[in-house]
Amino acid sequence: MMTVFSPAGSIRRRLVVILLVVAAVLAGLLFVSVRTVANTAVETTQDAILGAATVAIAEELRGGEDGLTIDIPYAAFSMLGATGQDRVFYRILVGAETVTGYADLPLPDAPLSGLKPTFFSQQYDGDVVRTGAVSRSVLVDGRSQIVRVLVAQTRTAQDVISRQMANQAAALGLGFFVFAAILSIFTARSVLTPLNRLAEAMGRRGPQDLRPVDRAVPTELAPLMQALNGFIARLRGALTRTETFITEAAHHVRTPLATVRVQAEIAMRQTDDDALRATLRNIIRAVDDSARSAGQLLDHATVVYRADQRADELVALAPLVLDVVDSFSPTADMRDITLRVDAPDEVIALQFDRLLIESALRNLIDNAVKYSYADGIVDVQLSTDDTFAKLQVLDRGRGIGDGNSVQLAARFKRGENVGDVVGSGLGLTIVRDVTRAIGGSFDIKERQGGGTCAILLLPLA
Amino acid sequence: MRHIIVAAGLTLWASMSGAYEIEEQAVFDGGEAELSILSTTDTEVFAPLIAAFQAANPGVTLRYTVATSQQVFAALQENAAFDLAISSAMDLQLKLANDGFAVAHGSTETAALPDWARWRDQLFAFSQEPVVIIASKAAFDGKPPRTRAELIDVLRDDPGRFVGRIGTYDPMMSGAGYLFATQDARQSDTSWRLAEVVGGLNPKLFTTSGSMISEVQSGELALAYNVLGSYASQRLSGGDAVMIEALDFTHVLLRTALIPRTAERADLGATFLDFLLSEEGQQLIENETGMPRINEAALAAGPHLRPIRLDPGLLVFMDPLMRQQFLNEWTAAVVQD
Repeated sequence: MMTVFSPAGSIRRRLVVILLVVAAVLAGLLFVSVRTVANTAVETTQDAILGAATVAIAEELRGGEDGLTIDIPYAAFSMLGATGQDRVFYRILVGAETVTGYADLPLPDAPLSGLKPTFFSQQYDGDVVRTGAVSRSVLVDGRSQIVRVLVAQTRTAQDVISRQMANQAAALGLGFFVFAAILSIFTARSVLTPLNRLAEAMGRRGPQDLRPVDRAVPTELAPLMQALNGFIARLRGALTRTETFITEAAHHVRTPLATVRVQAEIAMRQTDDDALRATLRNIIRAVDDSARSAGQLLDHATVVYRADQRADELVALAPLVLDVVDSFSPTADMRDITLRVDAPDEVIALQFDRLLIESALRNLIDNAVKYSYADGIVDVQLSTDDTFAKLQVLDRGRGIGDGNSVQLAARFKRGENVGDVVGSGLGLTIVRDVTRAIGGSFDIKERQGGGTCAILLLPLA
Repeated sequence: MRHIIVAAGLTLWASMSGAYEIEEQAVFDGGEAELSILSTTDTEVFAPLIAAFQAANPGVTLRYTVATSQQVFAALQENAAFDLAISSAMDLQLKLANDGFAVAHGSTETAALPDWARWRDQLFAFSQEPVVIIASKAAFDGKPPRTRAELIDVLRDDPGRFVGRIGTYDPMMSGAGYLFATQDARQSDTSWRLAEVVGGLNPKLFTTSGSMISEVQSGELALAYNVLGSYASQRLSGGDAVMIEALDFTHVLLRTALIPRTAERADLGATFLDFLLSEEGQQLIENETGMPRINEAALAAGPHLRPIRLDPGLLVFMDPLMRQQFLNEWTAAVVQD
């Protein structure tokens, strides 16, 4: 059973979004600051020119017997055209009286501080104009008069320069943002790489793989790794304890059962009472049943445990088959069942855990003998092609009925036509687990002409 | 089809609406729409341009009014309704544009103009004319002066020959003359020396280039100083009078046009302006009117040529006090009686 996760957002997306927001804010700040600095620089420059023109005019003012003489230097106005083509206005006042220029050009609010120009902006004749203003005293007709000089200029050129700079600043900010955006995507990817690798490695693990994770991870992932490894260790411990418990339990059950069986047989021999003998036979049957189940539980636990931690060796298949078949002779003889082995002379070898193969084979033959009728024949046939060893166990028993091999191999699941034959339902599960561990395949089906045909395909060494 | 109605002759004629005065008015009949142009350039000079314009823009009647540059300036300051104002007085035109009497205009033709040939997007030059000296070869023994310094030397060496025979613009009466005189004054001190020397020779003062040229041709004048080259080059061919571009410096006047803010058909004014600046218009100006077209290469080829710059510096001598002071000084130097 798998729990399907619905992910709560993506770290990468969150990281990228945060980085993009930071980049956007920085780009905005860059734009604003570049613009502000540029505007200030342009305005300062323009003011300097305006101031120079104003002062130049003021310095050419001459007092005299018959009034004020003004001599506006040609260059004073000409230089105002240096940075662009702006409209120019001026006004010269003696005291409160405008002597020349544009009489309606607004005066500054604050008093003027001599020849150091005062600058101010205001509306004039439909345009915003920047005005430079200075004042000085001139002796006119023997009296000291305050003369004020105002020179005003529209700011078209400054606006044009400012707009160009704003565009450049915007381009700069945008460029910065794009660069930061690309960088943030790379950063997010780089930061998440160890996490992705770890997730991938965990995903690649088989269901039985409970080894600790030992890959090198960044410091930030160390707690996760420790927790993960701790969890794996606890899981492995729990599994091991379970298997041990089953093994112990089976072992502890089998030994007293054997004693009960021996005692029951002795008792049966010593009594002539048919009813009692029948009872005792039932007891023996039940004990056999329990012993077999215990044995198979033990086998299964062994298979599960050894499938994880197997002791592989080179196993010659033919002698192993003969050994196992031999071990069933007494049981088979009791029911007059003939066991036949058909194995080629050549050596067929597997690289696997001998105990597991033995266990699988034993369960198959056990089934075949168990479900055969008396006087039947069980054939064990070993053959090979280039890559697989094929082991078939054939009987003429009652067959498997309608159930298929997959269902039959399920744990504690027995066929529908088992009838009175004792069994735990673990046998085929063991066979399946073993073939799965070795990387082979297992199939069980009705044999033509009656009976069962079990086929194991095992990869050769 | 088209015919010219001359409403007034060369006599001064007070307009109905205001105090400004015009010299003549011609109506080139063409259709419903009426384009009204106020100009300092004579009607016959502009006639080929007007004909070509009407051929390209049928349905436009063109009212062409001629006035002096000062009257053009006065008319616009009085908010007279004209769709285009053309003048040779750059300072007056710049003052009009600076003071907000012109509307902005932008087109591919205006964008193609060199920077020095326009101011803001309001004032546009369509011809460039050197301000020259016209001299009678006979009066200078076949060796007319090439610079102002040479001219001063000749005048000082033999003043008797030149008394009453030097002509120049009267800056008090003529806008162009005032512009030339002020530009001379700011260009070099030689101009003041020349003014003093000329002043000692009892010079004759004129209000038009044409009359000065005529008097040099007739032999009444030995030399005319500050004459519009475009008028001269047309009329001098093979005679005794020669045109001299002074090698120390020769001002180049830009004839400019602006669309007044009072224009009733500013669109037609703009169309005519674009026509003047177009390749077709410029070729007509060069070939048919005798005014040199806007030509940056020609300026580059003549290092003595100094185009009068369209910049706020022109406003300086528009100041009434500055004007008064300048004219006082000029009169003191030239009119020494």
